[in-house]
Amino acid sequence: MAHTTNGYRIFSFFNIILLCLLAALCFLPIVHMFALSFSSRAAATANIVNFWPVGWTSEAYTATLGNKAFLRSLLIAAERTAGGTALSMAVIIMAAYSLSRTSDRFPGRTAYTWFFVFTMLFSGGLIPTYFLVNKLGMMDTLWALILPGAVSVWNLILMLNFFRTLPKELEDAALIDGAGHFGVLARIYLPISMPAVATLSLFSMVGHWNSWFDGVIYMSTMDRYPLASFLHAMVVSENLTQIGVTAQDVANISNRTVKAAQLFIGSLPILLVYPFLQKYFDKGIVLGSVKE
Amino acid sequence: MRNYWIRTWPYHALLLPAVLLCLVFSYVPMAGLVIAFQRYEPWMGIGGSEWVGLEHFRYLFSYPDSRQVIVNTLVIAVSKLILQLVVPIVFALMLNELRKMALKRVIQTLVYLPHFISWVVLGGILIDILGTGGIVNRFLGLWGIEPIFFLGHGDWFRVTLVASDVWKEFGFSAIIFLAALSNINPALYEAAEIDGATKWKQMLYVTLPSILPIIVVVGTLSLGRILDAGFDQILNLYNPLVYSKGDIIDTFVYRVGLTKGEFSFGTAVGLFKSTVGLFLIVLSYRLAYRIANYRIF
Repeated sequence: MAHTTNGYRIFSFFNIILLCLLAALCFLPIVHMFALSFSSRAAATANIVNFWPVGWTSEAYTATLGNKAFLRSLLIAAERTAGGTALSMAVIIMAAYSLSRTSDRFPGRTAYTWFFVFTMLFSGGLIPTYFLVNKLGMMDTLWALILPGAVSVWNLILMLNFFRTLPKELEDAALIDGAGHFGVLARIYLPISMPAVATLSLFSMVGHWNSWFDGVIYMSTMDRYPLASFLHAMVVSENLTQIGVTAQDVANISNRTVKAAQLFIGSLPILLVYPFLQKYFDKGIVLGSVKE
Repeated sequence: MRNYWIRTWPYHALLLPAVLLCLVFSYVPMAGLVIAFQRYEPWMGIGGSEWVGLEHFRYLFSYPDSRQVIVNTLVIAVSKLILQLVVPIVFALMLNELRKMALKRVIQTLVYLPHFISWVVLGGILIDILGTGGIVNRFLGLWGIEPIFFLGHGDWFRVTLVASDVWKEFGFSAIIFLAALSNINPALYEAAEIDGATKWKQMLYVTLPSILPIIVVVGTLSLGRILDAGFDQILNLYNPLVYSKGDIIDTFVYRVGLTKGEFSFGTAVGLFKSTVGLFLIVLSYRLAYRIANYRIF
């Protein structure tokens, strides 16, 4: 740029520094936990670990992966994530297909859409939902973690907006060729919508993996907790009761490395799918419903 | 009419599972809200419990604890809303000035990351790094600052809540502004440059007016969430020491309603929140539509 002034050059310099600092700020706490999880207990207790392990050892991971309760919660989290995402996506895709038709083909669509959207605006809240799940006999079952949130209206809107961008002629041509609506959806719409389906599935998976509150209220014993609930109970709540205690609290400090290892394993799947997620949300599918 | 069903039954059939799930798990609990007007006892059921009218709501507004909870919710939520608008805009503008594309990608990758990590994990991390022996206080110690009780002192707790929420979400919230910035016609900048506008003037008279509509939309829509102060976050960070400054409506409903068994009172508090929330959301969407012609679907 020919007109770059000295002032702008100085601004650019500080701009880059500030942006790099911000980026580091978002990332360093996670690096710190990683460093802590591979450090020796002595180093963790002495508070000398920063962003690189001190006294490298993997004993915290040996302890974590040898912990049956931890592994069981990991398995439950995997089950709810796989089952919950599959069910939710199936239900949403079917509904989105119908709602994406124009009103002259499917006059009921506006009424149905409001039926769903109203639940975004108003809800029965925590306690009535809790009693309902209880009444349905779903306490302590995987259903309690999967069914109540299965129809994510937000995902439904994103999916239907995506379907709307597909040419109507696709449906017409297939119907004339003798396919039914189910065939059109399964054999034509679904294959060409894979990018959108993959994105929403990833977001749904992240949501399931991260939810912990439903596990805490719907599961009566800890051995039925999914991983996020388990971590809440083991790492967070336990700490919170000891918050007033001084840093000399031995029990708290001695397993700090184990807690760090548990937290790190808990976020590992997210870190692994993150590059795939980013590829999509940069393209703006997440904002698919935003019309300016 | 027969013709209508023959033509459209596959659409209805495809909607059936979603409609049933929504009916059972969203609409049935709405009917369950009647217990807010009763003295509900689980073993008596809704039919057998005594009706008390608006008693719980009267209690809600006269009981000092619950008034404090409403104040806490507003203070925390409003601080978050303002910063969650300002910080992402400033960040997006800064990032937009960065011409090194590779560095831009790296920065984006890093700042979006905390959005995807749960408050459970982040809560665990924050409790560790904000403790008296944690890395943050050690760093402050280098500058001669006494250890700060971030999670054990009411006012610091609020600061921690707002700061950590902004830290988690500012990058992801900036995406929408970055998209708006990349849509600005480069010809506008060329014209401004020919007219002799400095970079600063270009920002004031080209960039900001161009993204103003989207700022208005994001700002008005966030009004609808003015009673959502961050349930997930607070439940993973708080403790009895900071209930007086950190308890919000949602955590109060959980603590009093579910864990202490005051089901009807808890439901009443929740109903109060949902009703105010409904008005605010409808109002904010109407505003966004009137001012910036925004529609969700």
